[in-house]
Amino acid sequence: MSNPAPDTAARYVQVMHERNDVAREAAWLRTLRESAVARFADLGFPLQQDEDWKYTDVRPIERAAFMPLPLDAATPLIPDAGQFRLDGVSGPRLVFIDGRFSASLSDLGGVPKGATVTTLAYALNSEPQLPAAHLGRYLPDDSHGFIALNTALLSDGAFIRLNAGTRMEQPIHVLYLATASAALLLPRNLIIAERDSQVTIVEHYAAVGDMAYFTNSLTEIFAADNATVEHYRVQEENRTAFHVSGVHMQINRSSRVTTHALDLGGRLVRNDLRAVLADSGGECHFNGLYLATDRQHIDNHTHIDHAQPHCTSREFYRGVLSGRGRTVFRGRIIVRPGAQKSDARQVNDNLLLSRDAEVDSQPQLEIYADDVMCSHGATVGQLDENALFYLRARALSDADARDLLTFAFAREVLDRVRLAPLRARIELRLAAAMRRFAPREVHT
Amino acid sequence: MLTITDLHASCDGKEILRGIDLQINAGEVHAIMGPNGSGKSTLANVLAGRDRYQVTRGTVKYRDVDLLQMPPEERARAGVFLAFQYPVEIPGVSNIYLLKAALNAVRKSRGERELDAMDFLALVKERMQLVEMKEELLYRSVNEGFSGGEKKRNEILQMAVLAPYLAILDETDSGLDIDALQVVAAGVNALRSPDRAFLLITHYQRLLDYVVPDVVHVLIGGRIVKSGDRALALELERTGYADLTPALTPATMLDER
Repeated sequence: MSNPAPDTAARYVQVMHERNDVAREAAWLRTLRESAVARFADLGFPLQQDEDWKYTDVRPIERAAFMPLPLDAATPLIPDAGQFRLDGVSGPRLVFIDGRFSASLSDLGGVPKGATVTTLAYALNSEPQLPAAHLGRYLPDDSHGFIALNTALLSDGAFIRLNAGTRMEQPIHVLYLATASAALLLPRNLIIAERDSQVTIVEHYAAVGDMAYFTNSLTEIFAADNATVEHYRVQEENRTAFHVSGVHMQINRSSRVTTHALDLGGRLVRNDLRAVLADSGGECHFNGLYLATDRQHIDNHTHIDHAQPHCTSREFYRGVLSGRGRTVFRGRIIVRPGAQKSDARQVNDNLLLSRDAEVDSQPQLEIYADDVMCSHGATVGQLDENALFYLRARALSDADARDLLTFAFAREVLDRVRLAPLRARIELRLAAAMRRFAPREVHT
Repeated sequence: MLTITDLHASCDGKEILRGIDLQINAGEVHAIMGPNGSGKSTLANVLAGRDRYQVTRGTVKYRDVDLLQMPPEERARAGVFLAFQYPVEIPGVSNIYLLKAALNAVRKSRGERELDAMDFLALVKERMQLVEMKEELLYRSVNEGFSGGEKKRNEILQMAVLAPYLAILDETDSGLDIDALQVVAAGVNALRSPDRAFLLITHYQRLLDYVVPDVVHVLIGGRIVKSGDRALALELERTGYADLTPALTPATMLDER
């Protein structure tokens, strides 16, 4: 513990300057990178003195000094990659192994006319004008170092674009599989849903093996007028992984974006989910579930900006904690002056299964308009003793009754997951997690 | 079937049951009546194994085993059923899931095979006719948003599916309109059998117009002060409990509150 932390930030800046593949990039992209490099050099890693990082100490990430893999590193074979597929989902699939696109594991068939499903690297190379108009445009001005780090070193990720009026029925599965130890992975996704389009995207993070690594992902979503985007971020990293994610979206007139943030894995997890409701009639739905056990730390920061009148936002986050699990929820809602008839609701419920678990839940409403409906509610509770006794009086064992009630609590979030194969997968994961969640094991 | 001897029980250090003696034989229906705070619900909960109550003295023998040594789920598996006075709402657990989990837990403990989905559904649908319950309620969360009558019917449905040896109904009749009361009573009557016993806990004699008990007990101040046949219930309806309470001193009555 007494070892001084390596100056990881400085090493990252050095890596940024040494990258020789950026020279042939378009000028706008180089400018984007250079400003991000400068910003990261200035910001470095967030400190706990910063109110936004008060409860989340990222020094373990800094100390571990995860480094990007060499661009020419060999891609490992993944014999059991099939287990990460979503059974019953037949849409296109983009698979990235340690951040690099795997053509052999991906399947880009079945993409309808009017839709583009490809990698960001390909799009930047072949049709740079498409990402140029959007990449980096939806990030907040007060962004932290991890966002700058992603942009400064961005290399690949999913690029999805729907032309006006294109409706894509099949969901797009974007799978990020980690296999390499000590790697810094920087997935970067760009989703552009033009007017009247519709799309469903599953961002999925998982690992083969129990090595330590760091995923620092960033997704931008642009939903044009009357577009519908259903977005999932399924985080099943291994239990020694670090995961910092940002999902930033702009929602335009009468468009609707739903995001499901499902956090099942990771050792230290921080998610920033931000929406700007940029024109009237826009809607965003944030639906979150997080499970934290042992010493897992999961921090969800949401931020919804009601910039224009007549917009709706809904947040429903639930967490289950056991062991020494620690979670943070901070939900900020800003209603700008003139954003009348804004309708915002936020709920964060937490179920504590052990005495050593800890929750911090903070709603933060800033309302500068006078004709709005805004509500928030946060609860922290334990399993209902009356319900436990009722189930035991119906012959269920104490352990089964606890598992069933815990499952039921989490399930209210999953009921909102429309993609049935994904819901089934998470339910299985939940059921498996229940056994290790049971307090009888936690206290031994 | 059930032999209760000198049963004393407390809650939060306060003694509520003060020496209950009760013998129930297979095939019998017993009713326990009494005013509020007399210990009726405590008795039901102690028999079902609720750990909020501490048994301080006495024994309860159920089919030759010591009931008080068993956790609630083992009592349920052994055929003790409590119909709750206030059935609990459980969001996120479907009614039919609970029924199936409960039945299979009971069957498994008896060494019987678990029912598959088809056989189970057939059984439930047959038993539902007893309580005239809407099928839609099977697929809703347990008791969530159910009316008072629907909750009580649901308790009787669970009883009918689990087919217990000893059924304890804790004020199942309270708050029911006459139609629902008749449905509940019909459910109980249909399940009466020579190898099954009932303990009906009730505040009113109304239920006993429809379910005719073999024995009626009056519980006051944590003791059974009088037992008799059905005529006792009718007499209580006329005279109330006042005549049966002189034995209580003002101090103990205060204690009851």
